[in-house]
Amino acid sequence: MKLVLLWTDMMVWLLVVSLLIWGWVISRSPQVKKQWHAIFRSGIAMASAIILLFYLLFALLDSVHLRFSSSMQKGQSQHVQYEGEIVSLLDLILSHNIESTERTYSAPFATHEYTKSIVVDEDGVTRQVHIPLKHVTKNDDMVLRSFRVVGLGVLISLVLILCHIVWLGGKNFKGIFKKIWKGKTVLPWRTAYFTVALLVTGLIWMYCMSFEYHVLGTDKVGGDVLYQSFKSIRTGVLIGILTTLIMLPVAVILGVSAGLFGGWVDDVIQYLYTTLSSIPGVLLIAAGVLSMQVMMDNNPTWFETTLERADLRLLFLIIILGVTSWTGLCRLLRAETLKISQIEFVTAAKAFGVGKLTIIRRHIIPNLMHIILISVVLDFSGLVLAEAVLSYVGVGVDPTMHSWGNMINQARLEMAREPMVWWSLFSAFVFMFILVLAANLFSDRIQTVLEPRNKA
Amino acid sequence: MSIILTVTDLSVSIDNDKLLNAISFEIRQGEIFALVGESGSGKSLTSLAIMRLLPDVISVSSGDIMLKNRSLFTLPESQMQKIRGKQIAMIFQEPMSALNPVMTIGEQVAEVIKIHLGLKKEAVKKKVISLFEEVALKNPEERYSWYPHQLSGGQKQRVMIAIALACEPDLLIADEPTTALDVTIQAQVLTLLKKIQKDRGLSILFITHDMAIVAQMADRVAVMRHGKILEQAECKTFFTHPQHPYTQSLLNDAMMKIEKSTTDTEKDALLEVKELKVYFPIKKGFLQRTVGYVKAVDGVTFSIKKGQTLALVGESGSGKSTIGQAILSLIPITQGSVKFENIDLIRLSNKALKVYRRKIQIIFQDPFSALNPRMSIGDIIREGMISLGVGPKTRVLQDEYIKTLLLKVELKADYVNRYPHEFSGGQRQRIGIARALAVEPELIICDEPTSALDVSVRVQVLKLLKKLQEESGVSYLFITHDLSIVPIVADEVAVMKEGKIVEQGLVSDVMQNPQHEYTQKLLLSAPKLPDINEKEVNDNSI
Repeated sequence: MKLVLLWTDMMVWLLVVSLLIWGWVISRSPQVKKQWHAIFRSGIAMASAIILLFYLLFALLDSVHLRFSSSMQKGQSQHVQYEGEIVSLLDLILSHNIESTERTYSAPFATHEYTKSIVVDEDGVTRQVHIPLKHVTKNDDMVLRSFRVVGLGVLISLVLILCHIVWLGGKNFKGIFKKIWKGKTVLPWRTAYFTVALLVTGLIWMYCMSFEYHVLGTDKVGGDVLYQSFKSIRTGVLIGILTTLIMLPVAVILGVSAGLFGGWVDDVIQYLYTTLSSIPGVLLIAAGVLSMQVMMDNNPTWFETTLERADLRLLFLIIILGVTSWTGLCRLLRAETLKISQIEFVTAAKAFGVGKLTIIRRHIIPNLMHIILISVVLDFSGLVLAEAVLSYVGVGVDPTMHSWGNMINQARLEMAREPMVWWSLFSAFVFMFILVLAANLFSDRIQTVLEPRNKA
Repeated sequence: MSIILTVTDLSVSIDNDKLLNAISFEIRQGEIFALVGESGSGKSLTSLAIMRLLPDVISVSSGDIMLKNRSLFTLPESQMQKIRGKQIAMIFQEPMSALNPVMTIGEQVAEVIKIHLGLKKEAVKKKVISLFEEVALKNPEERYSWYPHQLSGGQKQRVMIAIALACEPDLLIADEPTTALDVTIQAQVLTLLKKIQKDRGLSILFITHDMAIVAQMADRVAVMRHGKILEQAECKTFFTHPQHPYTQSLLNDAMMKIEKSTTDTEKDALLEVKELKVYFPIKKGFLQRTVGYVKAVDGVTFSIKKGQTLALVGESGSGKSTIGQAILSLIPITQGSVKFENIDLIRLSNKALKVYRRKIQIIFQDPFSALNPRMSIGDIIREGMISLGVGPKTRVLQDEYIKTLLLKVELKADYVNRYPHEFSGGQRQRIGIARALAVEPELIICDEPTSALDVSVRVQVLKLLKKLQEESGVSYLFITHDLSIVPIVADEVAVMKEGKIVEQGLVSDVMQNPQHEYTQKLLLSAPKLPDINEKEVNDNSI
């Protein structure tokens, strides 16, 4: 067994580390701390943040890739042969779902296939029947099992919540508990606990039921839709956050230098982003992705596994999305920098002979932070949706990669069937909807708190 | 005289916080009633309450407002809309933002007339033009189709007055109508208001913070503080016999009786500015060719002696702030020399200039934008010390140094770790002064340091500046538009107009016996307070 680091994995973990460092840095500034405290004082923001955290958790679980050594070659110690497939931690957790592949479509919680097949029975009579599913426990009381599993979920979430209350309250456990129960804490812990309990119970229910049933049905080739939906989380979240990672430094560096230095620097940067933003985004992305596709097809030896190939294509999509999406933020930052650099505290710093870089670091960037943060969170949901659109058009992620866009793309034909196959589209829609809604609500709150104009 | 407006026991509150506390006054037919107070005292809130335009979060908790025996609070909104504009009209402080930039000024006046009087198109236009004539706009027919951006600030305020007068209201509320204007324009607008009030027998509720304007305009005065009316009196008795201690101190502060100690003039010049010219190129076209220059500063010569103050006086756009920036080498200089201790700063490289950055510092006009909101007070003051290598090097010693500085500008030492938003305007200005003092400068350029402050705070800051000068012998270049503070702070004065110095000399000479026409005009335009000692008050005839 060895750890495999795909390109996107590397970037995700880099991002997580830098986020932790950033969190540590801002925790030292009482002003910023106060702002974040203010953000989380809203119940909606708290719930959204928890939902986003769960999504991030799944994306991270899916970003640790392993490659098992092939069992047949175990005897020969010199050359360890690896299996052709790379699996992630999430795959290991959901391995029963990968194995329980059916023949074709089946509805959520169904015991038989969705369509009739022609079967010749023992008597030699040809009949059309719904064939029973292979991996479903037939003689099972679903309701009873559900109750038991939900009970387990509630129990686990209660333990989690109690642990947190003890950590929060220390010796004054009773007082804190009363306050939370009445919803009188400064941070809305009651909402937070409720969200956590709901999510944990829901997930545990889905997980446990997935051993016996196909919770969200199966697709055309019998693949479990629940598994696909969970795998798609990584693609969506990665496109949302990694694109930002690519776009942010470009936008900040170019925007600030255009605004501060002026003159020809400003002219060049302005021409650059006006040109770039006048090319239709989809066209540019399609051109980029298709040329990449050709290159990869010509060099099949570059990749050991299909996963690596799909991963590189994802990375490329992220880069090209980043290249096309920095212009808006850059324009905003340029305007704001122009404004800030005329304010008197910058003049005062110049009168002290403070260098330009120090002025940027100490006076300009801190005063731009709110714009950066607001646009990052706002862009996130836009990018998740963009992935779906691009994959639907066919210039998105690799067709072998699980993504909501690919699921929707496949569902295009299923919707036209009679009777309709609705669960693929439905699952992709629900998973994406919850993520985007949470991100939008959270960004709304961030905007309300950080936007200086809202303070009056 | 009949009574137009009666306010009885008006209280206004937000949540449980009382913003106005049982205020009562009445305005008679044909009088100017002045409401005076510092910022945040509730003057503008009172006017909004009269117009019933209070924001939703603020509610009236008690009291009544009667307009000619009709209670305004019981009227339905549709009725109230008729009263607004037709019976009570309002002019605002900022004429720039009160006019719609995409409508011609004629249309904007015509709109009001159409709504309230229902005249025919031709009649409306005639009426507008006669109104423009009344507010002394030149070429009214031609101006009818002009847009607001084509007018100057004073002209815009005239248009605002025309809009207010359009429907012949009984009461005009003027909320700081001249605060945003230059002195000479202010004098013109005030004269115009007075004349219109006389001609029409109009009642005016005049809201202002400037005691001198009150003395010039008002018939009766009410002083407000913290949402309460402290004193009401006839204008004459108000200035001769102020009753309330707050009024007395307010009047004292407005008089600003700080003696400027005369220093001997036989000292060396610290700063010598010779034939300074700063031109800004006007660039046009695709290739940004320079097609001309704006002559912001056009051949200015002056000098400042050690431990003395030169006041640079002028109206907005006269180039006085540009001189300040030029001395600090913050903008390129077209021609001339700036000699500091006989070394020409303009020829120095950035590195060599750093030595002199320490010796010349600046204090700004707007205390709110002068401090970076994301930095603590300690870091703000520390920045210059680190950059220029002044004072102690370790952080602990620096903190001690900063604390003594804060004490020096009469703030508390434990403010070090606080952030700018926790402080009032006056306190912020003190922090700005502390920041400049941190590097032990020899010359401080004060760019309108008091014009954004209330009267009482202004006096304190001026006193502080004076104290610091006596202690450390620092020189000031005091840039201001306010002639009234010149005798208090300055030894010498230079009057600027359109980039040139038209007159300069000792303060006593220039203020008592102005030679240049423009200086005379400035001095005449500045509203003056009646001298309490002589018990003689302006009889309000202009």
